[in-house]
Amino acid sequence: MKRLLILGAGTAGTLVANRMRKRLDADWAVTVVDPEEQHLFQPDLIFLPFGRARAERMQRPRRRTFSPGVEWIHDTVESIDAGKRQVALDGKTLDYDLLVIATGSHIRPEETPGLLGDHWYDSVFDFYTLEGATRLRSALESFEGGRLVVNVVEMPIKCPVAPLEFAFLADEYFTRKGNRADVELVYATPLDGAFTRPVASRILGSMLDEKGIRVEAEFNAGELDGEARILRSYDDREIAYDLLVTVPTHMGASMIEASGLGDELGFVPTHPNTLLSKADDHIFVVGDATDLATSKAGSVAHFEGHVLTENLLRATQGRSLIEGFDGHANCFVESGFGKAMLIDFNYDVEPLPGTYPLPVLGPMSLLKETRINHLGKLAFRWAYWNVLLPGLPFPVPNHMSMTGKRTEMAAEAA
Amino acid sequence: MTTAELTIQAVDRNEEGFLLDSSQWTPDVAQQLAEEAGVGPLTDKHWTVLTFCREDAAQQGQPPGLRRISKLSGVNMKELYQLFPKGPGKLAAKIAGLPKPQGCI
Repeated sequence: MKRLLILGAGTAGTLVANRMRKRLDADWAVTVVDPEEQHLFQPDLIFLPFGRARAERMQRPRRRTFSPGVEWIHDTVESIDAGKRQVALDGKTLDYDLLVIATGSHIRPEETPGLLGDHWYDSVFDFYTLEGATRLRSALESFEGGRLVVNVVEMPIKCPVAPLEFAFLADEYFTRKGNRADVELVYATPLDGAFTRPVASRILGSMLDEKGIRVEAEFNAGELDGEARILRSYDDREIAYDLLVTVPTHMGASMIEASGLGDELGFVPTHPNTLLSKADDHIFVVGDATDLATSKAGSVAHFEGHVLTENLLRATQGRSLIEGFDGHANCFVESGFGKAMLIDFNYDVEPLPGTYPLPVLGPMSLLKETRINHLGKLAFRWAYWNVLLPGLPFPVPNHMSMTGKRTEMAAEAA
Repeated sequence: MTTAELTIQAVDRNEEGFLLDSSQWTPDVAQQLAEEAGVGPLTDKHWTVLTFCREDAAQQGQPPGLRRISKLSGVNMKELYQLFPKGPGKLAAKIAGLPKPQGCI
């Protein structure tokens, strides 16, 4: 019996396991290792602090997310021995023929001096964990006024639009609560603008402006003085806050570093088009765990999943791999007051305005706030559990398409 | 013209001022790029960083990001901001004659 071993059962690991179980013959075991009992629907973490999602509805028992025939080992991975094709778990070892690393990215607040301390979950919160988002909800409820700072410590982060969405939704939240005039919103980012690519950065930047959210660009947070409530950059700029919503440094799983397979952030060097690891021909990488220059996002995991299942199958047959992944990402950006934007891009093409040719739901507007985009984001909740994770065909083209995109905007920005 | 006489007016650069061809780089070009960027005269510490960036880029095929520089060059983050104010990652790459580091998205 041969074994395809998948480390991590988040969005990427689960959908790849389910697809591969259908594609591989019975002489291959499909085994997944993940220590967590529950599968968390991460896109709702952004809604939780604003009372617009409920923690208990965001999780499902992990065992129910696997197709029949997928073996789930409920354990923690300690290290990978690529030479022996062996993975050490807590107390035992597992041999593999092919390995998929899908262990994601995780916040590491301890990387910033002073970020953790008595003030953590008192005046400083993250919203990338269930606990952080839940506690932030209470903090927002009791926040009467003052300066609320949203800070991205360092790139890359999971879902790079999430901090912007947080700022937009905070503007709506305090407006509805009636105390927006008493709340100063500041967005501090290490980027030189609202987003990483020029056209989207300009459009999102003017939205922040319209909503009265001040941007502190090129702000690289170096340390926090939690008692004085001051965030300080490496070049000694200071931002005082009453409430700090931090997006801490993200890193890959610590076992990657322990196995000598990661870069300086613990992400795994990966061939950008085949998803094979650069270190070893029997190791593939998918989702947030890669070092690829595209978003760390569920949509990317989904698009990568198509290429990865094809290449895993080819690897079992000793055939050459396809260079099929183009860096494709698309994300709904919740912009507040019942509207959202949609962005669609890849390694080479930045997010552009226009329309997105989506079957069933109809064309959606790109880089423009609409109600239908917001509904699309909500409809995704159902599709995630029922279509995406089971690995069923999803009505979205896998490769990024230029159809409907207004390319003259990129020329104007250049 | 010999390479020793190269001025930054004579090397090919993109609209953001990054060299298009890393082989046109010389230490003299670096000094001129540093002055243009307001970094001033290059010290030994600057050269530690620039040499690391060039060697690492030659091995890795891409310019190192800021965290990689601070972790592997022996110059810490605080010092990097003093040496190359505002954006040390971008600025060190530019003065080292490398492409702009790929902003992760």
